[in-house]
Amino acid sequence: MNRRDLIAAAGACAALPSMVGAARGQPVPIGEPVRASVSFRVNGAGHHLELDTRTTLLDALREHLKLTGTKKGCDHGQCGACTVLVDGQRINSCLTLAVMNQGSEVTTIEGLGSVDNLHPMQAAFVKHDGFQCGYCTPGQICSAVAVLDEIKAGIPSHVSADLEGAMAVSEAELRERMSGNICRCGAYSNIVEAMTDVAGRQG
Amino acid sequence: MKFDKPATDNPIDRLQVVGQPRDRIDGARKVTGTARYAYEHHDVAANQAYGYVVGAGIAKGRIASIKLDAARKAPGVLAIVTAKEAGKLNKGKRNTARLLAGPEIEHYHQAVALVVAESFEQARAAASLVEIAYAPTKGTFDLKKVKDSGKKPEGDDPSLDDTNVGDFPGAFESAQVKLDQSYTTPDESHAMMEPHATLAAWEGERLTLWTSNQMVAWGVADMAATLGISKDNIRIMSPFIGGGFGGKLFLRSDVLLAALGARAAKRPVKVALQRPLMINNTTHRPATIQRIRIGATREGKITAIGHESWSGDLPGGGPEVAVQQTRLLYAGANRMTAMRLVELDLPEGNAMRAPGEAPGLMALEIAMDEMAEKLSLDPIAFRMLNDTQVDPEKPERPFSMRQLGECFRVGAERFGWSRRQARPGTMRDGHGLIGFGVAAAFRNNIVMKSGARVSLDSQGIVTVETDMTDIGTGSYTIIGQTAAEMLGVDLYKVVVRLGDSAFPVSAGSGGQWGGNSATAGVYAACVKLREAVAQKLGINSGEAVFEGGDVKAGNRSLPLASAAASGPLTAEDTIEYGDLDETHQQSTFGAHFVEVSVDTATAETRIRRMLAVCAAGRILNPKTARSQVIGAMTMGAGAALMEELAVDKRRGFFVNHDLAGYEVPVHADIPHQDVIFLDETDPMSSPMKAKGVGELGICGVGAAIANAIYNATGVRVRDYPITLDKLIRHMPDAA
Repeated sequence: MNRRDLIAAAGACAALPSMVGAARGQPVPIGEPVRASVSFRVNGAGHHLELDTRTTLLDALREHLKLTGTKKGCDHGQCGACTVLVDGQRINSCLTLAVMNQGSEVTTIEGLGSVDNLHPMQAAFVKHDGFQCGYCTPGQICSAVAVLDEIKAGIPSHVSADLEGAMAVSEAELRERMSGNICRCGAYSNIVEAMTDVAGRQG
Repeated sequence: MKFDKPATDNPIDRLQVVGQPRDRIDGARKVTGTARYAYEHHDVAANQAYGYVVGAGIAKGRIASIKLDAARKAPGVLAIVTAKEAGKLNKGKRNTARLLAGPEIEHYHQAVALVVAESFEQARAAASLVEIAYAPTKGTFDLKKVKDSGKKPEGDDPSLDDTNVGDFPGAFESAQVKLDQSYTTPDESHAMMEPHATLAAWEGERLTLWTSNQMVAWGVADMAATLGISKDNIRIMSPFIGGGFGGKLFLRSDVLLAALGARAAKRPVKVALQRPLMINNTTHRPATIQRIRIGATREGKITAIGHESWSGDLPGGGPEVAVQQTRLLYAGANRMTAMRLVELDLPEGNAMRAPGEAPGLMALEIAMDEMAEKLSLDPIAFRMLNDTQVDPEKPERPFSMRQLGECFRVGAERFGWSRRQARPGTMRDGHGLIGFGVAAAFRNNIVMKSGARVSLDSQGIVTVETDMTDIGTGSYTIIGQTAAEMLGVDLYKVVVRLGDSAFPVSAGSGGQWGGNSATAGVYAACVKLREAVAQKLGINSGEAVFEGGDVKAGNRSLPLASAAASGPLTAEDTIEYGDLDETHQQSTFGAHFVEVSVDTATAETRIRRMLAVCAAGRILNPKTARSQVIGAMTMGAGAALMEELAVDKRRGFFVNHDLAGYEVPVHADIPHQDVIFLDETDPMSSPMKAKGVGELGICGVGAAIANAIYNATGVRVRDYPITLDKLIRHMPDAA
């Protein structure tokens, strides 16, 4: 789509309200899904997928690769349950189409550690009971791992006093940075303890 | 096992495993993403198809026409289910509105169709092509407007009756100090993180459902009733549940639609309610309008206490029982309560964490704070003046155990309550006005019949099976601890299998009854297994001590596993209760302490400290129990400060029906939280001597926050949530 098409499309959108009535009764037939191929690595393993281009990275992981550790809480980028690491950065995997991730390195909760070999953050979540129902937990843990890296890298947050200096692993920093990951069971106090524990050991 | 006499000493009292703060036995699975939830069972049934739900676009009326042609022709579509296609469906006894609407529509986003397709994307696209024309009729959506049309709730449940003890009107009229105030609480949503989801597969007449349900046996019964098939043909499995809070107590549309979709498509079908559909499609905690009247002597003795509550629900529904705690919490010779129910055409109201007490105490415990101020009494001192060890309506009936006073005493000391300034608006820290608030926590302890099966194999592994669920509460762990304690083995020797309707029927998870009742059921089964083991080993079961993986009697000591050398031993039992909960009032108690800071310029409230002191019987696992309490405190903070389903009073639906619009607490809203459990064992409750704790933590905390805000600012807000717009016009001068 070039710039002119985009403007035309935007114009069509603006006209939409008046068209809704007219369009009723004659739904636009839709064709076969547009498919595309995409290759990326997940937890170190290479995957080549032929996907409906509407498939999100989240559904590619859950439904196609059957990596169900990544959770669908809202499918709208509102809850953080689907947080994964793409090329080391945390993202909501429901907000990115799978085909946009060509060549990416994706790390999911399954890639951080296993039942017999927990990642330090996973172990700290168990020790501090940083979860209850467990549904937001993979997203919280992926976010928590990324947050400690972000602080280490000196990336400031809304509560950072100094935008350019070194960042401290304070409770306020952790809470602010973790606020995109909702936990309805209310394990926040324990999650911050788990993260503080891990950050302390990382030094 | 019948539990009809107070518990005496039993093997649980050893507390070698029970009562210890053990890590969750399902913890490693949850943190590695290997605990599988309802929508994630790829390997249990081949060829799974995807369902997408279409919800009604009106609140009340009829479907005039429904056109499916375009959707049917869309790529990948396998089947479409509507009420017409589904044929005759009944309604389960625990549902108020039907789970599949048509032609009649009872509430907004009531399911009207399911589109089944090869992929999720195809099902979603095709669902947008289902074309429905409605004939709406006028509905009623404004509780405040129709409040006076409220009627006494129908039905034979005595807890819904009006209560009158002594002469309330006379005593209130003549009281030396009086309070007469109204309070409101809004509609709230469970908003659990895992959407309602089900995978359904038919094999001939038999239906298997992998779903997310707190009460497995209720689900089987209501599904059988809805489809008009035998319960024996339905199996429900719900091993992991991504939060419930009451929202997954009942059969919901995902289960029915997945089953109907699978029948129509002749393939296994899975359905997850789309997040933006959930809030209006499922149940919510109904809004209340509450009036509280308290009369007292000048010294602060309550002489009259009255609590009335108005709430709404669909025809055939019930009230929010917000007056319940007022019958039991404080003394006073003259008392009344009443609930009035109006018919509203909003989505179905039903239980959400601590139904009744949560919104009831949000009002009552502000009223107590206001009354203390009128009496120039410290709010704790006022509450202690009116403490009672007996049911105030029936003084011959004692509480089995009531340590409310001790909760306040311990909490006041730990929190530094003595630093509170009685005069509002006098504590400051930087830009913030600082306030302390307190409130009582109260929630009844309900006991429920609960069964379990326990077996021992030749390796000494103990396996517990029960249809009990773990909704984050820690059921897996405390059930494992119970079996380990009873059979004298390490916790890792116990395998716990839950949430399968093929297992003995348990109490299920609800009303904070699950922990105590389900472990008591496991206790009963373990007592039977101990007898079987003793018999097998030729030991007198009365003398047998199960310890360290061995069974000992006198000088003899035999490995427990040897009892199963010739084959596994299995025992099954159910705990049933006598009338100890009638002769004694069983309740759980607590005291909430909160410190807030309210910004002098913006009136934004920040919670700085939270402490709960709880007296709730034996704490089976202090780690998971503490998590239950802090989680409930967090939900209570949401109720106090932000949670509110906004009602569109013209079109009749909750406008903010997703997780962006319905605000719940996030990390940044919640400070470090402290919980203290008082040492308590309650022999009246069960052989475990435990009581519920999962809902106690939400009871009263909202009022403690409201009272802290008042203490900080001098602004009394009686309409929840206490958002800054309700404070800012009344804030003290920022200078």
